Amino acid sequence: MHPVLRTVLQRLGLGVLTLLAVSVIIFSSLELLPGGFAEAILGQSATPETVAAFNKSLGLDRPATTRYVEWVTGVFTGDLGKSFAGAGGWRSDNVRTVTSIIGPRLYNTFFLAALTAIIAVPIALALGLLTALYRNSWFDRVCNALTLTTIASPEFFVAYILMFFFAVKLKIFYPLSTVNADTPFLEHVSRAMLPAITLTLVIIAHMMRMTRASIIALLSSPYIEMAKLKGLTGRQVILNHALPNAWAPIATVIAFNLAYLVVGVVVVEVVFVYPGIGQLMVDSVSSRDMPVAQACALIFAATYILLNLLADIVAIVTNPRLLHPK
Amino acid sequence: MTEFEFKLEQAKSAVTRGKLSRRDFMTFAVAGGLSIAAANSLFIRAARAQAKPGGHFRVGLGHGNTTDTFDPATWAHGMNFAWGKGLTGAPLVRVDPKGGCVPYLAESFEPSDGAKKWVFKIRSGVTFHNGKTLTADDVVGTVNYHIGPDSKSPGKAYLAGVASVKADGADTVIFELKGADADFPYNLTNYQFPILSIVDGKPDLSGNGAGPYVLDGFEPGVKVHFKRNPNAFAPGNFDEVTQLSILDPAARTNAFLAGEVDFIDRADLKTIDLLKSAPGTEIYNVSGYQYYNAPMLTDVAPFDKLEVRQALKWAINRQDLVDKVLFGYGKPGNDSPIASAMKFAFNPEPVYGYDPDKAKSLLKQAGMENLKVDLSAADAAFAGSVDCALLMAEHAKAAGIEINVIREPNDGYWDNVWIKKPWSHCYWGGRPTADAMLTVSLAADAAWNDTRWKNPRFNELLPLARAETDDAKRTAMYAEMQQLVHDDGGQMVLMFSNYVGALSTKVAHGDLNADNDHDGGYMYDRWWFA
Repeated sequence: MHPVLRTVLQRLGLGVLTLLAVSVIIFSSLELLPGGFAEAILGQSATPETVAAFNKSLGLDRPATTRYVEWVTGVFTGDLGKSFAGAGGWRSDNVRTVTSIIGPRLYNTFFLAALTAIIAVPIALALGLLTALYRNSWFDRVCNALTLTTIASPEFFVAYILMFFFAVKLKIFYPLSTVNADTPFLEHVSRAMLPAITLTLVIIAHMMRMTRASIIALLSSPYIEMAKLKGLTGRQVILNHALPNAWAPIATVIAFNLAYLVVGVVVVEVVFVYPGIGQLMVDSVSSRDMPVAQACALIFAATYILLNLLADIVAIVTNPRLLHPK
Repeated sequence: MTEFEFKLEQAKSAVTRGKLSRRDFMTFAVAGGLSIAAANSLFIRAARAQAKPGGHFRVGLGHGNTTDTFDPATWAHGMNFAWGKGLTGAPLVRVDPKGGCVPYLAESFEPSDGAKKWVFKIRSGVTFHNGKTLTADDVVGTVNYHIGPDSKSPGKAYLAGVASVKADGADTVIFELKGADADFPYNLTNYQFPILSIVDGKPDLSGNGAGPYVLDGFEPGVKVHFKRNPNAFAPGNFDEVTQLSILDPAARTNAFLAGEVDFIDRADLKTIDLLKSAPGTEIYNVSGYQYYNAPMLTDVAPFDKLEVRQALKWAINRQDLVDKVLFGYGKPGNDSPIASAMKFAFNPEPVYGYDPDKAKSLLKQAGMENLKVDLSAADAAFAGSVDCALLMAEHAKAAGIEINVIREPNDGYWDNVWIKKPWSHCYWGGRPTADAMLTVSLAADAAWNDTRWKNPRFNELLPLARAETDDAKRTAMYAEMQQLVHDDGGQMVLMFSNYVGALSTKVAHGDLNADNDHDGGYMYDRWWFA
């Protein structure tokens, strides 16, 4: 069997096991939270009677193990279950499936992550290569200082500054990123622009510095010296000789940042009112809408597993020693 | 009303009808003693007071959750409470700006049998958004949905006094009460009680109501869009209404400044002065019925001692709390939970001011000098609760009382802290009547009696006052009850907070309701674009 295929299958198998372990952790930690859906929804106005009625209609009066087994078997058959919200109603047409709640928001999250990646990854790679090429020049120093400043500022602060200048003062972009399924593609792009720029500023430093560092580490190796002695230009040395060997660490850090874009942007979502999955997860945990919270957590875990797998594949494919083992 | 006030009202209504010019109005008002600026703003308000239809009203609210639904039994916050009051839903009765109870879906209502029986006549020819005609059966089904044995509705508590409800023909509904209640119709103004369409004995919870707006798009926790209901018996002024959930205060303010929304609620009080000076901005500032309190469990030591309760009441500087926690947008409390704007409000003597010496001597009397108590606080109780608790600890030091502030988690606060810990923070939203306010949190058997206070005289008076139809006698009884809460109770009413927001000067409105935020929840059909 081809080594790449074998690795992929192996890792997918391990991924499923990891997900199973994650599901136990998610379920039991949500179970440990104080209070339940009924108390969260009713808040101050909860009475023992109404709470009991809620729990009964949601099936929460049954033991936790039964509910866990039900949930996991459901997930394996592709059924993520029903949200508690609306499930308390008398009529079945008010019931919302977890898939129908998560679907559009997951799309929005992937949209924003993709938009950010399209902007951030090329800029980060280009800056990383350029700063490696012209290292210790004023250009290198300015780039480093700027990107470190933006990563060191809290996301919400960067977001407020951008919102104030680009939306309130200059009125170039929308201050709110409220989009839905009917939003035309171009308006979606334009509405998601400020969050995307905010996130770009947050993730660019990490990727750029990793690129720069791995290229610089390679530049001192003997084969690069040989390439220089052959009379190649700096650009040829970096693009044709250093970069192919630097892909593995760069891919890892890009994968890590992409995973962050999918699972960790709740602050930016809240500030710009962008209906993504991060806010949904926070909302559903605080209102104890367990089926939704569990599904979100599983999706996050799966995202990490898949993106790491992707990074490993890139590492194998770009390294002949790993691709053709003896 | 003095003669001048009376004439001023007449002049204002003449301006509204376009019968009086600005010059004539100003001459009259200034001659009567008003300043030119005051007269001018009166003129502008009166001139715009003619409601006109049209426009798209967009609001940014500090509420909203992805678990929101159109089931009234789950409504709990400022985004969805208006749905039942005047967006998709229509209740039988509503509250007017003067605090009176007025018919809405009902045509009229009348008590009989000494206020033990209430008969509601239902407006004829009203249809739900899906075309179904409203009948008395829908009203009965709606009430039963809330009070039935399987009910999950918090509305159950408001209708606890209902013994039975039945239809008499297509347009009459009869409520039989367990005990007389002169204020009963007020209970039905609550946001949980829009009349639902009943099909096959089950309520339609999809947002199909008889209200002035039709639901046109619903993204829970993000955005709700409504269109004017052309068949409404009382149509709203706006063509379209959009509610946006913008939980972050800075983002809400920016959305308002950028003109993306026409109204925001819960303005950030720290930066309100900057917002005030923004062009085209009117600050929405209504002194409401809502208050923040610090309930002490009166059956737990040391709060079971009257002297301790009173000492703590004297040891807190409430004006300081209003200035620092509410930035001045509120009023200090005097331990009566009835806001001064409400009917039957009474300000008991002595007014609790800041008097550490008195607190000290009270403690000495009880032999409890150097009192040490725990106070549980969390911002889930009210915004600024933890800061407020720290200020209270600072105030109490002067009286030799050590308050140990415990910062509790927001999650599960109402479950695990409130009415469980001996002394905690809490808030109470407005109730439309003095009776509801006193019953819900102070009656001995109330589920939410958060001081576990069981004063025999108070509990004897409560049903008597509720049944009394003579206003003078009721006033005296409510005054006595408020005095008892003030003297003996464990509810430390720290402050009444204002509802503060911002609206565009393009939006016009009449007098504002004080019973809740958003003009009592009625702004969507009462306000208009000038």
